[in-house]
Amino acid sequence: MKQDKRNHAGAPDDPKMKKEIAKAYENYSSQFTPKPRYFMNAARAFMSGGSICAASLWLEECFIGWGFSDKTAAVCVVMILIMAAQLLTGLGLFDSIAKFAGAGVVVPITGFANSMVAPAIEYKKEGIVLGVGAKLFSLAGPVLVCGITSSMVIGIVYWIMGLF
Amino acid sequence: MMTYLYAFLIGGGICVIGQILMDATKLTAPRVLVILVTAGALLQAFHLYEPLVNLAQTGARVPLPGFGYSLAKGAMEGAKENLLEAVTGGIKAAAGGITVAIGWGYLIALVFNPKSVR
Amino acid sequence: MRARKQTLKFRNRPYIISAYAIGGKKEGEGPLHDWFDECLSDDTYGENTWEKSESRMLKTAMTECMRRGGKTTEEIGAVLSGDLLNQLMSSSFMARDLQIPFLGMYGACSTMTESLMLGAVLTDGGYSDNVMIGASSHYCTAERQFRLPLEHGNQRPPSAQWTATAAGAMLLSRGIEGNSRDGSGGKERGRTKNTGTELRIDGAGNVYAQRQIRIECGTIGKVIDAGVKDSNQMGSAMAPAAVDTILTHLEETGRTLDHYDLVCTGDLGFIGKSIVRDLLEDAGVSRKMIADVYDDCGAMIYAPEQDIHSGGSGCGCSASVFAGYVYRNMKEGKIGRALIVSTGAMLSTISPFQGESIPGIAHAISLESVSGIMDRQKGCRK
Repeated sequence: MKQDKRNHAGAPDDPKMKKEIAKAYENYSSQFTPKPRYFMNAARAFMSGGSICAASLWLEECFIGWGFSDKTAAVCVVMILIMAAQLLTGLGLFDSIAKFAGAGVVVPITGFANSMVAPAIEYKKEGIVLGVGAKLFSLAGPVLVCGITSSMVIGIVYWIMGLF
Repeated sequence: MMTYLYAFLIGGGICVIGQILMDATKLTAPRVLVILVTAGALLQAFHLYEPLVNLAQTGARVPLPGFGYSLAKGAMEGAKENLLEAVTGGIKAAAGGITVAIGWGYLIALVFNPKSVR
Repeated sequence: MRARKQTLKFRNRPYIISAYAIGGKKEGEGPLHDWFDECLSDDTYGENTWEKSESRMLKTAMTECMRRGGKTTEEIGAVLSGDLLNQLMSSSFMARDLQIPFLGMYGACSTMTESLMLGAVLTDGGYSDNVMIGASSHYCTAERQFRLPLEHGNQRPPSAQWTATAAGAMLLSRGIEGNSRDGSGGKERGRTKNTGTELRIDGAGNVYAQRQIRIECGTIGKVIDAGVKDSNQMGSAMAPAAVDTILTHLEETGRTLDHYDLVCTGDLGFIGKSIVRDLLEDAGVSRKMIADVYDDCGAMIYAPEQDIHSGGSGCGCSASVFAGYVYRNMKEGKIGRALIVSTGAMLSTISPFQGESIPGIAHAISLESVSGIMDRQKGCRK
């Protein structure tokens, strides 16, 4: 079987056969591949993600305590998280944190903030317009596009539903 | 005080979902982010995300599905007014975060240089 | 019609008269530290863009190698080199500075043996007396081109490999007369003028005869696609190509694996290395033979505790290990015959997004170390 894979792997004769070989080879090679430490990664993500959320709740209540309205406080907290994450990215610390915390810092809004600055900072030498300006959206663009498009569709659907 | 616990549990839980998506499938981080944002928006479209927000507050709003949630919620509220509000409502609701992310992010990128590998 | 042969036999067996290997900071902290001729203390190498750093690394390797071989730019017929960047930026910018006729090579991470093969063809065929070859890669340039930005907070899966910041260069020559003003780069060395054999004395006072390294034959690899689509699985994507080339080489030369003291693949990493071992064993090569002679540059260049997951990759990985570790070991006679097999993953920056799988390629070069100017091995000549 393995012999077959080696000999036929390059032959693109039959797409179906090719697919089967690819599948078989993938299974075969997966036995050599170490698995990610699912539990450890999940536990770290849970702890760090939970902490970020709890900390932002505390921050939000502080803002409310200082006399901000609920809505303003919520926006302020999001802004602070974004600014903090981007500053850490600029200082080169975010990737080290994310290496430990994984999705714990990538899934909160901090990950979105990081994904804007990370490519932008790297393309600095390519200019501040076509380098930084364009690359700011190379990873975060899809998130904005999908989020905003779905919100527009939802808005229009709800508006149509409201007509009847 | 219970809110803190819920914020921690729900926020952590959403992150675990993201972590599993990244580890168990071959999805890269940007794709996971897109999935989570869209999921948040769609859940809210069926009024399923709001209860989570009421329960956990920042625990549901800070993770990315919360970003989708606020986009969708803005659009749904705008839809009660007129078509223009329905279209612009989403981005209006999330304007603060998006503006800061772009403006501050641009500044940061201009000020700092990429670090080499550690 | 005669059947195609993938193995080229070099009748004049060109000499590799000098070599130079540069490693980056992380590579210098690894187990091969002593085998690099130079290790950077700072990966920028004093340049303001990563691309320039890589280009400068390659240029240094080239000029130092040329100096060691005792040649001037005017004597070099051509420089053949490549890297991983789009349109071979590092190599062509290096060639712009050196002003030597230039041929850009792209074989992904297999560039080192690809250049070596064509360099050997040029010298063996008598078209050029001296040819420089080399390859380079840089973590910071390759990573942002093929994967995600450096500062992006992502976790690397265990199968991911680390693009080596390294460059290697070799100087090929038709003959050895008048060469090696400066043989191996070791600081203490003597030389006996009559025999042409250089002597090198190591720290312990042992005297080695410097040996000459010749390119004996080479096998051009086919592109083999095993259907791997995950760009974090480079090792397993390239392993079938490496095995195919090695087996073809053995078959066409009628040798067994233990004809060589070292069979070294380019940058398969830990995962790819174990797949190659398994596939070779499956093809009937004995386990002991594989364990004795087979190794992989990607698995050698870093220590496992350096947090590099599945090992090193990139053109520079095999280039620097071949030009450093393998070359110098052969010079000292510790390795007599070596088969070096650089492996490349022929993916582009867009092909994974179009759902294409990752084809692999591998080219093998057989090197032999001979004492002095004597023509000892006649193995490949028919």
